[in-house]
Amino acid sequence: MARGTPPVLLVPAAAAVLLLAVPLAGIVTRAPWGDLGERLASPRVSQALGLSLLVSGWALVLSLLLGIPLAWVLARGSLRGKALLRSLVLLPMVLPPTVAGVALLQGFGRAGLVGEELRMLGITLPFTTAGAVVAATFISMPFLVITLEGALTGLDIRYEEAAATMGAGTLQTLRYVTLPMVLPSLLAGAALTWARALGEFGATLTFAGNLPGVTQTLPLQVYLLMQEDPEGATAVSLLLLAVAGAVLFGLRGRWLGAFARRG
Amino acid sequence: MTAPTPLPRRRLRTALCAALLVLPLAACGGGDGDGGSDGANGQAGAEVTVLAAASLTDVLEEAAPLFEQAHDGVDLRFSFAGSQELAAQVREGLPADVLVTADTTTMADVADRTGEPVVVATNELTLVTASGNPEGVADLADLARDDLTVVLAAPEVPVGRYGEQVLADAGVEVAPASLETNVRSVLTKVALGEADAGIVYASDAASVGDRVTAVPLPAERNVLAEYPAAVLTEAPHPEAAADFVAWLGSAEAAELFTAAGFRVP
Repeated sequence: MARGTPPVLLVPAAAAVLLLAVPLAGIVTRAPWGDLGERLASPRVSQALGLSLLVSGWALVLSLLLGIPLAWVLARGSLRGKALLRSLVLLPMVLPPTVAGVALLQGFGRAGLVGEELRMLGITLPFTTAGAVVAATFISMPFLVITLEGALTGLDIRYEEAAATMGAGTLQTLRYVTLPMVLPSLLAGAALTWARALGEFGATLTFAGNLPGVTQTLPLQVYLLMQEDPEGATAVSLLLLAVAGAVLFGLRGRWLGAFARRG
Repeated sequence: MTAPTPLPRRRLRTALCAALLVLPLAACGGGDGDGGSDGANGQAGAEVTVLAAASLTDVLEEAAPLFEQAHDGVDLRFSFAGSQELAAQVREGLPADVLVTADTTTMADVADRTGEPVVVATNELTLVTASGNPEGVADLADLARDDLTVVLAAPEVPVGRYGEQVLADAGVEVAPASLETNVRSVLTKVALGEADAGIVYASDAASVGDRVTAVPLPAERNVLAEYPAAVLTEAPHPEAAADFVAWLGSAEAAELFTAAGFRVP
């Protein structure tokens, strides 16, 4: 049964592979290999790369600080409306990023829901690097929460119970027993979160705007380059593709593993 | 009578898959037939795709029903974006019939893929501020104020280029908070109160009514943006496309342009 895939499935499966592979092959073959190094080392690109690393790095830090506790609450907490909370966490993953940008503006913008309160605290988010970090975190944190929650749910509770019988408090157990046991999933979630933050485009453009050195990250630069210098855009795309590929190679199926354990 | 041999489960499933696969194809076939019968009613059922500069959004959407009424069987479909982005799409071979840009430079960049362009409307720049102009923005020089959040369009899009030119002519140096990718985003950021001031087309300022306040620029400081329209050489519906371009130059279209804050050549 496992052998002998029916031909009727092979054809659409092959079409699916082509659909995914051909555009990527297009980037690789059309990239301006001749002066690739020169293009990627140009001040404009290095500035956007530096900013992208800064923004995605902060997004990862924020996601870890806020997302690990949230994942624990979702997996272990005994609160009502957990299904609703989980949907809220999942929402940014399925929301069009530009919609996320509109939502962020209406919520955290200068004229947004809590704009006045933020201003009193001296915080302005639109058109700032901090705003780009918030946009990237909004979009990418769910990847960390969901991956980690899956791992926590699948964990054998007896290890933690054993720690508790030996007098460890909840936080101690979390620090010395639980987190080390879910470390592979945590790393996988962190890598995905970072990669998603690095690729963030729509929410950043809508919420944080586009200014070189402040909010113009690599994906925004690709978009603008595409309008006047398609080869330059392809070169930067290749860079982002290589980074994404490296992340997936590093994970080697752990993302899938985490999901399989949930099922 | 013998009982029919039961199909093995796997074959049944395969058959189901095949049926599901073929169903949508059959549906497509039906659709094509319908298209053909439409075409039989005299005029070809042409869906004309118009790539138009973002600043034309409102006026062209208003114009579409008028044109469609006068041209039986022609359906206009619009794709609005920054002119540069549209030109890039044309260069990449996106199938479309008509291109309308917000400057002649962008149109000239794709001259090898279009017919002879015709200027169908012109536009001026204006300053916009939040409704009622709470920050008291009076002229271009105010855009250099430190306490104002100013958004401009990116120099890659025509309105950004015009804006740069106007600011340079006036000798004003602005530190923008953002270089938006099209004129509508500039307007939205000001209308939402996220930015204090921006530079947009007069027609854009007119399109949102009271949500922003326009501060006109003196004529000697302004530029005249020209909107050329052209039929694409690869247009799937060249005749209907030519009709539309010609109609954009008509008195009927001129009335719409003027009402929307544009001028006509």
